[in-house]
Formats: sequence, C-alpha cells, structure tokens
Amino acid sequence: MEPLVQFFYILLPFLRDWPEWLALTVIGIVAALLMFGFVAIFALFAIWLERKVSAHMQDRIGPMEVGGWHGWAQTIADTIKLLVKEDIVPENADRILFKLAPAIVFTAALAGFAVLPWTQDFIPADLNVGLLYILSVSSFAVIGILMGGWASNNKWSLYGAMRSASQMVSYEIPVALALLAVVMNAGTLSMRHLVMAQSGNILDWNVFNFFPLTAVAFIIYFVASLAEVNRTPFDLPEGESELVGGFHTEYSGMRFAFFFLGEYANMYVVSAIATTVFLGGWLPPFEFLSFIPGPIWFVGKAMTMVFIQMWLRWTLPRLRVDQLMYTCWKVLTPFSFAIILLIGLWKVI
Amino acid sequence: MKQYFKNIYEAIATILVGMGVTWRHLFTRAVTVQYPHVKRELPERSRMQLFVDMDDCIGCMQCQRACPVDCIDIKTIRAGKEEDLGEAGNGTKKKLHVVQFYIDMAKCCYCADCVFPCPTGAIRMTPEYEFITYDRSSLLINFSQYSDEERAALEERERKEKEAQAAAKAARLKAAEEAKKTAAAQKDESKSE
Repeated sequence: MEPLVQFFYILLPFLRDWPEWLALTVIGIVAALLMFGFVAIFALFAIWLERKVSAHMQDRIGPMEVGGWHGWAQTIADTIKLLVKEDIVPENADRILFKLAPAIVFTAALAGFAVLPWTQDFIPADLNVGLLYILSVSSFAVIGILMGGWASNNKWSLYGAMRSASQMVSYEIPVALALLAVVMNAGTLSMRHLVMAQSGNILDWNVFNFFPLTAVAFIIYFVASLAEVNRTPFDLPEGESELVGGFHTEYSGMRFAFFFLGEYANMYVVSAIATTVFLGGWLPPFEFLSFIPGPIWFVGKAMTMVFIQMWLRWTLPRLRVDQLMYTCWKVLTPFSFAIILLIGLWKVI
Repeated sequence: MKQYFKNIYEAIATILVGMGVTWRHLFTRAVTVQYPHVKRELPERSRMQLFVDMDDCIGCMQCQRACPVDCIDIKTIRAGKEEDLGEAGNGTKKKLHVVQFYIDMAKCCYCADCVFPCPTGAIRMTPEYEFITYDRSSLLINFSQYSDEERAALEERERKEKEAQAAAKAARLKAAEEAKKTAAAQKDESKSE
C-alpha cells in the first residue's frame, strides 16, 4: 500500500470503513489541495522574501507598508491586484494556445510535488521511478513556455521562448547526469529510498559521499537547476532588460500570475530535489536533533536552497547566450561525465 | 587546456567573492529613508516654495522685475497722505497698498532671483516642498492680505482721486489758457493804443 494512504488511514481511522475507491479519491483530492495550498503559500512567502533579500542586498529595506510588520502582506495585495485585473488576449494571438500555456507551465511545476518525500510516511506518490518522473515532468514546462511565446505573436515573446527551449533542453543533460552520479551509488530512483539510504548523521548525506566527487555533482546540479527554472544568472528567456518580459510579455493579470506561480513552484521543486538527493531529505543532520519532525527539516533545507538561489540572483548579472551554452556543453556536461566515471571506478576498485 | 581550468577556477572564485559582497550588504544599514514617515532634513538655503511676508513687503516690485519667468504679478495702490501703513521690518516706510501679490508656483523656476533684490527681505524661499495639488490653478497663490471689498474700495478711491486730479489738471490748464488769452488781449490793447 502507498505510504500516503497508510498515513491517512492512521491519521483518520474512519477512512478504513469507507469503500476503497471513495477513500482513495478523497485522499487524492485532499493531497492535491494540500500541495496546491503549499505552492500558493510558498509563492507568496518566497516573493516577499525575494523582495526583502534583494532590497537588503542593495542597502534598501523593501516593502514596509502593507500588513504592518515589514510589509508581510505585500504579495497578498499584489495577488489580489493581479486577480482582479482585466484578462487581455492580444488580437492576433492564437487564443487557445495562449490561454493554455500558463496552465501547462503551472501544472508541470505542480506535478513535481507528487513525488517529493516530506517525511518517511508522507509522500503523495512513492513511485519507484520518482526521480525520473520528476525530471521528465519538469521538462514539460518548456512546452508551455514555447507555447506561450509562440501564441503571443510577439517577437520578444518568441525570442524568449526560443531561448528558453534551447536553454532548458541543454541543461536537462547536466541535471540528469549529476543526479545519476548519486543514483549509481544508491541503486534506486525512488525518492523515499534515496533519502533512507542517507540515514545517519550529516556525513552520511550524499554530498559528502565519495568526497569531493558528489559535492561537485551537487554544485553542477545546482547550477544547472538554476538554468532549468530560468533564474538569474540564466534568466535569458525573461531577460526584462532586452526582451521586455520574454515569453510572458503579452500576459497580464491571472495568467501572468500563473506563470509567476509556476516559476516559484519550480524553484521549490528543484531545491527539494537537491535536498532529497544530496542533503538527506527529511533527516536531521545529527541524531540528537531527531526530535524535530521531518517536514521541518525538509522544508528548512529546501528553503535554504531557495535562499541561495535568491542570493545568487542578486549577485550575478545575466549571462550572454553563447556563455550560457558554453557553460552547459563545455563545462557542466564534461564534468558530470567525469564524475560518473570516477564514481564508477571508485566503486569497482 | 590550462586556460580552460583557469577560467573555471576564476569563475568560481569571482562568484564566491561576489556572493561575499552581497552577503555583507545584506546586513549593512539601509541608506534609504521611509519618505512619508521619515523626512530627510533639507540643506540650509534649499529653494522650495516661495513665501512672502506681507508685513514686510513695501510693494516696490523689484521681485516682479527680477523674475525671469514672470511668475510674480503685483498691483499696488498709493496710500493717502494722512494714511499710515506702518514700517517694514528694517524700518522702511510702507507707502503702497499691495492689493495683489500673485506668485504662480507652476511657473516658478526656483532660481531665487526674486529673493536677492528685495530691500526688506519679505520674499524668501522656504524648505516646504510638499505642495502638489489636483488643479494647476491652485498653484497660483495670492499673498496679499487685502480682501476683495477692500481692494475694490481702494481702487474706487484711486479712480476718484485720479479723476479729481485730472479735473484739477484740466482746470489748471484751462486757467492758464485763460490767463494767456487775457494777457494777449491786454497786449493787443496796449499796442493799438
């Protein structure tokens, strides 16, 4: 039985008396709503945090007015503004594709949440190919972006979408290879088993495995995942200073909000993968800290990774297109291949 | 090959240096001011909204003449002989009713050229800079303390005085003419005699 279903049966024993199909449907819907709620709240928090981090890194203080304490309600106000705005579709746009694109981008981001292991017991779907699933689903977002850029019938959007396609497709490779280095050792693709294989203290985490090989793999994964989710310094698809807004130039209101939500959900997903695969998931760094529940560790580690993403964003300028491709094909890819080879040799010898 | 590894090393090293810089700035004090709540003290002699102290104004119109954009519009009426309008702050006697002292802040270019010629220091720049309005006409400020009725009365008085003066002048001219005529007539008479 799925760990999630067991978890719910323990939590709510009366579900056992229900017919199985009904119980499963209810559990599925509740889990999906939980995930959606988490994404929405996370995005609200992360956007506020991003504005605060960026402000303080530039010696400003950022939003201070809405909600009282340090403008905590600013993003809520912004969301309400976006929701009540007019939904504009350009006259010459391909209406169906235009309207579908944000939904696809957001769905791809949300689908990644299906296999994130929050604790040993709470994982929406414990697939035995969890990592493979999450990689394939997250690359689905590129279709949405390409669709949005094409359907907008705008040169900036199309440029952004084309860049996004080339970038995301290229960076899939180092992402997959860097994760493969770990999977080779763990011998499983299930997110849950990947974490369970790292139990122990901080030195048993995969980052410190085969030191320094997996640490380098971790850095490669992190850099490539930044490009995967179109974050600065790899935000060429948006490139507001050159492409107006990239693929979402023509989007406004609700649909723009969904692109944004998708971007922030993706940030969390890639950070959560890094946490699961390299940083020991829900496990505490030391045995004596295990009284703190797993989800707090998991979210805490993922939030730290999200913070580092923001930190990098406000440190580095945007790369040029050729530098982007150079970094991917001539640096990250060869290095990840080398790491796979070296880990293989280490295991054999 | 050497260059390749050197590039990678430099990229990582410089990124770490950059991250160190941003990390330090994360904890430095913000340099911005939360404007409507906190206001930065303006420097001395900053040139913002104009102000005229009408108790000091003697209506000499030096400022109006100095203004490069013609944003000052003054109208004065001479005081009567027995009227005492008091003195300006520096002791200059006030001889004119300043019935209109318009300053159009929408036109003002904040050069402060009007401030320096003022003999009594009545017109000056204040550090007050929050005077936006919804209507451009509200930027036209009248500093004069005379009400419309007072102004109308003074104007009426001036008009009458002028009329009287003109009448007196005409009378004087007429008298002179008469005198001339009589003088000429007398001359003629004396010649013919």
